[in-house]
Amino acid sequence: MRRLLAALSAATLLAGCGWGGADAATGPGGNGTIEYWLWDSGQQPGYQKCADAFAAQNPGLKVHISQYGWDVYWSKLTAGFIADTAPDVFTDHLAKFAQFVDLKVLRPLDELGPTSDVQDGDYQQGLAELWKGKDGHRYGTPKDWDTIAIFYNKAALTAAGVDPAQLGNLSWNPRDGGTFEKLVAHLTIDDKGVRGDQPGFDKNHVKQYGLGSDGSGGGGWGQTQWSAFTGSAGWSVTDKNPWGTHFNLDQPAFQTTLSWYFGLVRKGFMPSYEQIGGANPIGPDKEIQSGIAAMGLSGSWMISTFTKLTDAAGKKLDIGIAPTPIGPTGKRASMFNGLADSITTLSKQPENAAKWVKFLSGAQCQDIIGHSGVVFPARPEGTQLAVAYNRDQRKLDVTPFTDQVKEKTTFLFPVTTNAADITALMNPRMDAVYIGSAPVSSLTTLNDQLNKLFEVAQ
Amino acid sequence: MVWPTLRGIYLSFTKFNLLTPPKWTGLDNYVRMVQDPVFWNALKVTVYYVVVNIAVQTAVALVIAVMMQRLTKRTWLRGIVLTPYLVSNVVAALVFLWILDYQLGIGNHVISWLGLDRIAFLSDSTWVIPTIALINVWRHVGYTALLIFAGLQTIPETMYEAARVDGASEITMFRRITVPLLRPIMALVLIITVVGSFQVFDTVAVTTRGGPVDSSRVLQYYIYDMAFGRFQFGYASAMSVALLVILVVITFVQYRLTRAESSDLA
Repeated sequence: MRRLLAALSAATLLAGCGWGGADAATGPGGNGTIEYWLWDSGQQPGYQKCADAFAAQNPGLKVHISQYGWDVYWSKLTAGFIADTAPDVFTDHLAKFAQFVDLKVLRPLDELGPTSDVQDGDYQQGLAELWKGKDGHRYGTPKDWDTIAIFYNKAALTAAGVDPAQLGNLSWNPRDGGTFEKLVAHLTIDDKGVRGDQPGFDKNHVKQYGLGSDGSGGGGWGQTQWSAFTGSAGWSVTDKNPWGTHFNLDQPAFQTTLSWYFGLVRKGFMPSYEQIGGANPIGPDKEIQSGIAAMGLSGSWMISTFTKLTDAAGKKLDIGIAPTPIGPTGKRASMFNGLADSITTLSKQPENAAKWVKFLSGAQCQDIIGHSGVVFPARPEGTQLAVAYNRDQRKLDVTPFTDQVKEKTTFLFPVTTNAADITALMNPRMDAVYIGSAPVSSLTTLNDQLNKLFEVAQ
Repeated sequence: MVWPTLRGIYLSFTKFNLLTPPKWTGLDNYVRMVQDPVFWNALKVTVYYVVVNIAVQTAVALVIAVMMQRLTKRTWLRGIVLTPYLVSNVVAALVFLWILDYQLGIGNHVISWLGLDRIAFLSDSTWVIPTIALINVWRHVGYTALLIFAGLQTIPETMYEAARVDGASEITMFRRITVPLLRPIMALVLIITVVGSFQVFDTVAVTTRGGPVDSSRVLQYYIYDMAFGRFQFGYASAMSVALLVILVVITFVQYRLTRAESSDLA
């Protein structure tokens, strides 16, 4: 019995060690192979083309790309920093990079030869500056940018007798929701076929929601949920951006907007937390595809996903794009976010890595990405190529995304320190508001907790 | 075994993000723990999970074990009860996540076909802990039954024969012979399963990630998120030490209460 127990406990110990230690073989070395990570599988083919072009121009160097889904990506990266299996270069997100700077795992790019002369002015306005740390060093070179718009199912609009052109002039307000809410109500249908704006509508048995849901928005400042509304109400997350010194979640503009937004769930116009699958939610793309929603807010990085949607019979859905509605400020608003490439301090070949980063942020690679039409490259010329690709190849007008930049109605993704703590504190509280188990006013307490994070230097 | 434990205890008195050297902070982490409502909620949620999980699992396992003992001698039939245990925790959780999905899950299709309202098993705060507890009962009950079955084999067949001669029914024999003589084995089984149950993690990580809100944020998941999500290894270590102390106390109390060291078979 004792030997059996010993064997058993040895086995459990071994089993317990399996976590995180797996990919030691992919660790970086100075052998000329640059390890590069990204999370979006849709972008991998484009970047593979960049990698091939890079290898052709730099004899002796090649790039090995690994792709992991969003959640796994960050935990693998964390594990990689600890176990020394992190890549040389990785796709970085604004929500994460400040923490990595604090953890001293990112290399200042201005101190490496190839990336020392990166120019802010080569990219869409404001993008490059976002990637400078509080210390003034550059920690990422812009690769792409994104804004928010409404994706809609043309068939659902036709069935409701709505002209898609109407969607270009919608407005909303926190009192009655304006023409935007009127449309959302009209596009909502219960299981008896009664529309949301007709008498006898049963909000508890809805077949098609007017507006899809992408969750509570606790993880990314409501980027694809409520940020277009809070933004067009004139509200900002922090007092200044980047590197704010206090949060504004206690302000009436924020709380009345969220009260209205999540009120759409209570009215039966938007699916609830339970209906989209709780902690493992389906997004607006799947909701539109399965007919649960007629339209939904999402980001420009989802364009190719939306245009590939098919119905149950395998027939392509006819998807259109409309701008976010005009808010109480008299303007539209969209969050303006961008990804960048960063070099880890664990890289054994930082100069080679910097060559690759320089190439990724250069015109040639960004033109390749623009031609693939998956995202908008950070360089304006690359952006034009992506717009043209969508117009010519997909017959899709993507100007609702680009107009926000042209008309300067964007606001930048909030860059703060302590990002991981913010997410951990915000997620459950925002979920509670979405579920309806806590009032919007509970976010004032959350705001105090977030502000306390500034006092405790991490 | 000893070094990681000691190091964990040391780190619980520090501020440590794993990538830069730890800083000694004395009892700060423990003070924070006592004042942290999420920690206390996690403890409450964990205990709730353990109670549901262990109560159902032990009862069902006992019934299965007795049936294996009294009704069949076929090895393959006895072997079948162990099959869920061969499925890994993560896979079992994923399969149930799909079965119980609100929109697409076959479980909810059956429920709505029966004319009832769909149930958000894994995204409704009232259902989530019982659901996770029962998923793990499904996976572990065969193994627990096998442990109890091994215990049943130690009860001499002659006792049942004697009882049968006296005209005792199956139910009476179960209550008067099986249960009392099984006590030491049951005590061991309970200690093993309760300790295991307290450490529930993977099912939560796969199905709910602690949600909705905090209603399935069990202690192990909170510790994991604190360490690997928020880089607060010092505080995570302090909570791990607390969990260790809790498990030692519970094991000791169980041991004494069930008199696990003595047998009635004398």
